[in-house]
Amino acid sequence: MNLFKKGLSLLLLSATLTVALCGCGGDKADDSSQITIGIPQDLEESLDPHYAVAAGTKEILFNIFEGLVKPDKNGDLNPAVADSYTISEDGLTYTFHLRKGVKFHDGSAVTAEDVLYCIEKNADTSAGDANISAFSNIKNYYADGENIVIELNVKDPDFLEYMTMAIIPAGNTDAATNPIGTGPYKYVSRTPQENIILEAFDDYYGEKANIKNVTLKIVADADSVVMNLLGGSVDLYARISSTQVAQLANSDFNILEGTMNLVQALYLNNNVEPFNDVRVRQALSYAVDPKEIIDLAFDGKGTEIGSSMFPAFGKYYIDETKDYYEVDLDKAKELLTEAGYPDGFSFAIKVPSNYQPHIDTAQVIVEQLKKINVDAKIELVEWDSWLSDVYAGRDFAATVVGVDASTMTARAMLERFTSDSSKNFVNFASDAYDAEFAAAISATDIDEQTEHYKECEWILTKESANVYLQDLAEFVALNKKYTGYEFYPIYVMDIAKLKLAE
Amino acid sequence: MKYVIRKLVTMIITLMAVSALVFISFQLIPGNPAISRLGTEATPEKIARLTHELGLDRPLLTRYFEWIKGIFRWDFGMSYSYNQSVTSLISDKLVITLMLSFIAILITVLVSFPLGIYAARKSDTKLDVVINSLNQFIMAVPSFFSGILITLIFGVILRIFTPGAFVSYKINMFKCISYLIFPAIAIALPKISMVVKLLKDTCLQEAKKDYVRTAYSRGNRTKAVFYKHVLKNAMVPVITFLSMTFADIIAGSIIVEQVFSVPGLGRLLLTSISGRDYPVCEAIILFLAFFVVFSNLLVDLFYRVLDPRIRV
Repeated sequence: MNLFKKGLSLLLLSATLTVALCGCGGDKADDSSQITIGIPQDLEESLDPHYAVAAGTKEILFNIFEGLVKPDKNGDLNPAVADSYTISEDGLTYTFHLRKGVKFHDGSAVTAEDVLYCIEKNADTSAGDANISAFSNIKNYYADGENIVIELNVKDPDFLEYMTMAIIPAGNTDAATNPIGTGPYKYVSRTPQENIILEAFDDYYGEKANIKNVTLKIVADADSVVMNLLGGSVDLYARISSTQVAQLANSDFNILEGTMNLVQALYLNNNVEPFNDVRVRQALSYAVDPKEIIDLAFDGKGTEIGSSMFPAFGKYYIDETKDYYEVDLDKAKELLTEAGYPDGFSFAIKVPSNYQPHIDTAQVIVEQLKKINVDAKIELVEWDSWLSDVYAGRDFAATVVGVDASTMTARAMLERFTSDSSKNFVNFASDAYDAEFAAAISATDIDEQTEHYKECEWILTKESANVYLQDLAEFVALNKKYTGYEFYPIYVMDIAKLKLAE
Repeated sequence: MKYVIRKLVTMIITLMAVSALVFISFQLIPGNPAISRLGTEATPEKIARLTHELGLDRPLLTRYFEWIKGIFRWDFGMSYSYNQSVTSLISDKLVITLMLSFIAILITVLVSFPLGIYAARKSDTKLDVVINSLNQFIMAVPSFFSGILITLIFGVILRIFTPGAFVSYKINMFKCISYLIFPAIAIALPKISMVVKLLKDTCLQEAKKDYVRTAYSRGNRTKAVFYKHVLKNAMVPVITFLSMTFADIIAGSIIVEQVFSVPGLGRLLLTSISGRDYPVCEAIILFLAFFVVFSNLLVDLFYRVLDPRIRV
């Protein structure tokens, strides 16, 4: 009788649930195997992994494509399409052994020919630079049975990072619209401005994805994110603001906290007056208090940093740099007087208008600088103008942005500040820095290399190349139905690890 | 007939002027498509190569005339951001925006006409005060704000619809329309109050005219006078207003589409402006201009049909 009652109530419950679900108008035929992930912008024009540049695109392509090696959540490189690799004593020859049974999403097996095709595509210099500039260092590459051998001209300790290059089938020339990879998810379709649909790849060689159908939904309007989450049309949204976190309190969402893994700073153009004077830059560093910024604008969530390196980098990161400039207004004023600005000066901070955290930060900085009679004005610029004027054109005095690492190498963070780097948008120039950096990349010993890189970081701090602030906290809203979200030290979202909550 | 031809010629000239203006203004605003696509990876060589690939290194006039030539073949060029022809990209989104606008107009008509007539007939009662102040209030609330309120009340609290769960008309027409009803209400609300006010005021004005008195003197009852004479005359300005509103609604839906995450023209326009996808923005703006000019033309023609007095 009891059993019957239980069964009946279960039946009734499931019946009401079905009705309720249908009533919602949701299309979730099978909830257990689907998730909708909100993303702030559409993917780029091309889905060709070798040409993707936007972080938001790479973050998604990470699930579709894999290289010979692949980063894990600690930033370490693990064998992927290759199941093992060896590096010769002199560091010039890399040998990768192809994993058996790796298939492309179209069902064909990965062969050495495919790998050679991808290397060729990215090393090709016929149209100017090689697509991956580090590949111009390749002297020779060939297949030896199931091995891929790559020989370099000069030693490059970071070379392995570049072997995360996606492996696509040889002759897949329409990768821009027809992406075929080896990753845990395969591409199904896209509708511009609406969504991108992925499906778990059944023949994946490794640990298969837990959730079968993934819809990446474009939520272009930041103000509707919370409504979409609460309404139930989006299950996961990464990088929400602390205000949005507050709005999601007591809801069906777990808020996960990680770090954004970028260096947020008041970047100064070292070439324009008055920032060409190191004393002025140091004065700003003494006047700006990152702790106050984090407390006022970010509810106390964020990690203070003191140089162009963030904590996820582990051994390269130097925590002490953040204490180099303790707030000292007298010292700041003194430095300004020495530099010939006893009454302060005024300048404009260009801030990309689509990044609220940077705008909030700039507002606090403006107030802090008033205390040393420096009059800063915020000038909001569209992201595109920022790219062309500030970043490419270097036409600015100061800007607040976050700079991240394209690959998990110290070089990716620090090469930017060598005086002749095309990415040196702050025009930092220091012979000592250039020498240390050159020593670092040519070092044969890992520990020695680390020391040189650390010295580079100290130079940036002491010269006050920029006013370093923080590594922003990252908040991810995930519906309680799911778990398994993992933070990576690089800008990726590992969808395959997500699973239903027990 | 001559009148129609003259109007058509003006319309084409206007559109040409708009096309030139749009084309030139996108060359003048800061930012460039190549840098936008390459982002922080941009090097001078990469920018030069992409600029050449996009054909942006050719003279301005050549590009403009090529673009115009293409339009006559219904070819608006290729989108920089989607590897798709602009025509196919836009026609898909245009359907959504047009659907939204039609639903909004339909709601406006269905609600405002009975309400306006009712308000006109009750104009000397206490109810009039209530309707008037409510009207003023709704007119003052912008669509995007009422959109947020509607999402909050009907979406999050009452759960009548799921915010952001737009379904394309290609997949399910019914679901698509039932989602669009809510943004359409947000668009329609201020228009409803305007039409109600307009309809009431014109009815009252007409009621004071001599022919109404004559109609009464011939022994007609109030109701008959109102529906047969007053309303008929009062409709002229109202219908004019409605047809002009249509262009306004299409252009205005841009903001409401954002609030409700409807992937229509508006959203495409915003993202392609920020991504410097010139062919897409230019085509959309030209379309919007076309709707404005076209509905004006319709209004002009409509006047002449509805009210013979204008045919002077």
